[in-house]
Amino acid sequence: MPRDDYEVVIGLEVHCELSTKTKIFCSCPTTFGGDPNTHCCPICMAMPGTLPVLNEKVVEYAVKAGIATNCKISRNSKNDRKNYFYPDLPKAYQISQYDLPLCYEGYVNIENEAGEDKKIRILRIHIEEDAGKLNHDEYGRGSFVDLNRAGVPLIEIVSEPDLRSAEEAEIYMRKLKSILEYIEVSDCKMQEGSLRADVNVSIRKKGATELGTRTEMKNMNSFRSIVRAINYEVDRQVEVIENGGKITQETLRWDDVSGKTFPMRDKEDAQDYRYFPDPDLVAIKLSDEYIENIENSLPELPESRKKRYIADFNLTEKAANFVTGSKYYSNLFDEAVEVCKNPKSTGNMLMSDIARILNEKEQEPDSIPFSGKELGELILLIDKGTISSAIAKKVLEEMFTAEEKNPNKIIEIKGWVQISDEGAIKEVVNKILEANPQSVADYKAGKDKALGFLVGQAMKETKGKANPQLLNKLFIEELKK
Amino acid sequence: MHNEGKESDNMELYEYTVHELVEMLEKGETTSEEITKSYFKRIKEKDPEIKAYISTMEESAIEKAKEVDEARRAGKNVGKLAGIPIGIKDNICITGTRTTCSSKMLENFVSPYNATVIEKLNDEGLIYLGKTNLDEFAMGSSTENSAFFTTSNPWDLDRVPGGSSGGSAAVVSADLAPWSLGSDTGGSIRQPASLCGIVGLKPTYGLVSRYGLVAYASSLDQIGPLTKDVTDCAILLNLIAGHDEKDSTSMDLEKKDYTKSLVNDVKGMKIGLPKEYISEGVSEEVKNAILEVAKKYEELGASVEECSLDIVKYALPVYYIIADAEASSNLGRFDGIRYGYRSEKFDDLKDIYKNSRSEGFGPEVKRRILLGTYVLSSGYYDAYYKKAQKVRTVIKNAYDELFKKYDLLLTPTSPTTAFKIGEKCNNPVEMYLADICTVPVNIAGLPGMSIPYKLDSNGLPIGIQLIGKAFDEETIFRAGYTLEQNIGFRKDNKPTFKKG
Repeated sequence: MPRDDYEVVIGLEVHCELSTKTKIFCSCPTTFGGDPNTHCCPICMAMPGTLPVLNEKVVEYAVKAGIATNCKISRNSKNDRKNYFYPDLPKAYQISQYDLPLCYEGYVNIENEAGEDKKIRILRIHIEEDAGKLNHDEYGRGSFVDLNRAGVPLIEIVSEPDLRSAEEAEIYMRKLKSILEYIEVSDCKMQEGSLRADVNVSIRKKGATELGTRTEMKNMNSFRSIVRAINYEVDRQVEVIENGGKITQETLRWDDVSGKTFPMRDKEDAQDYRYFPDPDLVAIKLSDEYIENIENSLPELPESRKKRYIADFNLTEKAANFVTGSKYYSNLFDEAVEVCKNPKSTGNMLMSDIARILNEKEQEPDSIPFSGKELGELILLIDKGTISSAIAKKVLEEMFTAEEKNPNKIIEIKGWVQISDEGAIKEVVNKILEANPQSVADYKAGKDKALGFLVGQAMKETKGKANPQLLNKLFIEELKK
Repeated sequence: MHNEGKESDNMELYEYTVHELVEMLEKGETTSEEITKSYFKRIKEKDPEIKAYISTMEESAIEKAKEVDEARRAGKNVGKLAGIPIGIKDNICITGTRTTCSSKMLENFVSPYNATVIEKLNDEGLIYLGKTNLDEFAMGSSTENSAFFTTSNPWDLDRVPGGSSGGSAAVVSADLAPWSLGSDTGGSIRQPASLCGIVGLKPTYGLVSRYGLVAYASSLDQIGPLTKDVTDCAILLNLIAGHDEKDSTSMDLEKKDYTKSLVNDVKGMKIGLPKEYISEGVSEEVKNAILEVAKKYEELGASVEECSLDIVKYALPVYYIIADAEASSNLGRFDGIRYGYRSEKFDDLKDIYKNSRSEGFGPEVKRRILLGTYVLSSGYYDAYYKKAQKVRTVIKNAYDELFKKYDLLLTPTSPTTAFKIGEKCNNPVEMYLADICTVPVNIAGLPGMSIPYKLDSNGLPIGIQLIGKAFDEETIFRAGYTLEQNIGFRKDNKPTFKKG
């Protein structure tokens, strides 16, 4: 396999929309959607004579992201203009940061697909404004500019080319997403474009030290397409090189439908963005105290939570990894354990049942519709013997779909309360024993399997509500008589 | 006609300064309506010769004047300056009115918002007479770069009024407005003020909000007053100065009352006379005028000393690199997409950009966009833009050094008096030299005022420039006021409206 002769080198430029209330340079709302051009003002529409004023929250959020990814924070930074013409860019320049980004030289720890710990270095994080959107008329009457998104704050997180496979790239991006969610600087909704990545891919012969020529795929907004696109692009590059060709450095467009990359149209000669410091804005100067305050205000990050779960709750490494993999899991976990005091069962339920349901529904953890308290109640019901774990699965399904989220109410409505009354169960036991003399005889003859059959019959009789431990105990007692 | 009381019985309302009009309004000797109508009468008579206004707002102005008069009669709390008219340079945005920047690109552009200075003037109840002509996007020194017409100098109709705020200077000089606002990036207030025989001030960078001033060069632009005398200049600066949270480059300083600096006394003041400003390129008459003023200040009790500011020779090239670089980016938004001129000839997006900008901009604007694009291009950035920024710092430091010794610097405003229309428009470099005395002040971000001193042998005004420390407009006002009180230029000289 020629592909095995090559090493894959990937770097990601992750763009993340910050969840500040207002835009980066004016006071328009950042809310997603809305009728075209309703979330804008003379400033973000670039009316002649308007001026930008930097939203301080944007700096704060970017510094948070920097600290959470182990970056150094610039005490002295600035905004630069990146000049180019495009209809979605109303000023004909994007205010970004060129040579003095807010954050630099950080890293994120991941565990890759082979289970190895790896440090992915971050070159820089800078702040910039998003562009508007072009809506192309389906009847061919032209294109329409919607500037609602113009001026929404972004951070761009640029990794070093440290990633070696599509899977690793996915793991890194998931980790980044999880961190950004934990520190609450972005909702990271990929389907709304608030988290997207430009992916740089190159290949080189194994053992080579020089990087190969890279291609860049812009604006990838799902994990699935990132993985597919990287794999496609690696195969394509291997084929080109194996056939004696050369990779051209170019920007590609990934087409999710055909599963192929295409060179971007109308990219002329290499763009010269003519970066220069924006004279409308003043230098961004941050004090040590400011940075310390932000550092102290950060919520507990996944790494530290993981350690806590293993130390305090005795979770397995695997369970702790899984639970801390998402802020939503982890917060749900913390709330649930508060109620049920059973971290092991809570972890298991997240890892098995909840993850499975989300997977079936093709949803992310942020869409879990019930609270941690409600999850805790469910586990408490199992622990108290009020319901069996089989019923618990059914309750969980209900909690995802039904309006009622309280497991106590659900079992009441559905009549799923476990029968733990000894007298009632004894009645059932006797009834089953009477009806199945052959099985009683088999059991007495040493065939233990017969007990299973009898318990099954009793469960059937009680529609699964009988307390299984009690049922077992009473059968054995009766059979020994 | 109104002529009660005042010392000059035959004066028309449009001839008074603003502080005189305010007095008359306070005494009930006139009304805002009378004043405003007097100006529109004058505009109808004289503007066809001067061609200083791009648009006038007679209807809304008179309506507003009547409202103010009504309020004043009813004893309502109206400001002292309520009902005083003003002319506004047509690169400052007023809601619902055209802001053309004298460009075909914005010929039909109606601003959806007010500049901060306009908000401030609205708060005081001022009345807009109209929008004044300028060199396209404030790029020029004569108004000849206006896409619409060239304004004439009221002292000689065959000559330029200076620029780029030529319209704003001409309206004040020709009594078509009692005062006006202009903008100054490299001399655009002071040079036309000098050529038209009026007072013009470029405030310290950061003193007046730029929000709503259509940007030419963001790090150099400042809005400032053009007035009949130094007193009016202080009054108007009081109105427009101050921090604006919409402009990050505006400074948050304690509010000052500049009229307190209108004191006829310069005793003990130390004035520097940089020799580089009165060397080659400066006409003999201008040079002599500066030396006369220096002597006058000495007579009045100031000390005047020749000093050197050698670095100033680099100011012009530094200016044309930085200003053009910023302009090339600032003017990118005029792309034919959202507003402004769009070419009718296009097949694709690139055509829209190319044709709209080729047809919408005039030659000087294109020249500066090309130069600015060039100096920012990769491979040239360090050699031009970055180096120019370094020299800019050196120039600033050189001024700082001088201001350790002096309170003020005295220089010419313009190397010559008004030149003939057409004389320099085919030679951009010669035109650029018209700003040689004013540009260094913008580079250093300092305040500078031009004050009319005398007429030259052709009967054209010569202005002198006073340069102060950053945010020390007070010293300029004090020295300017003192000079004005002791020379009486305005009393003795009136524009002649002569031809040739």
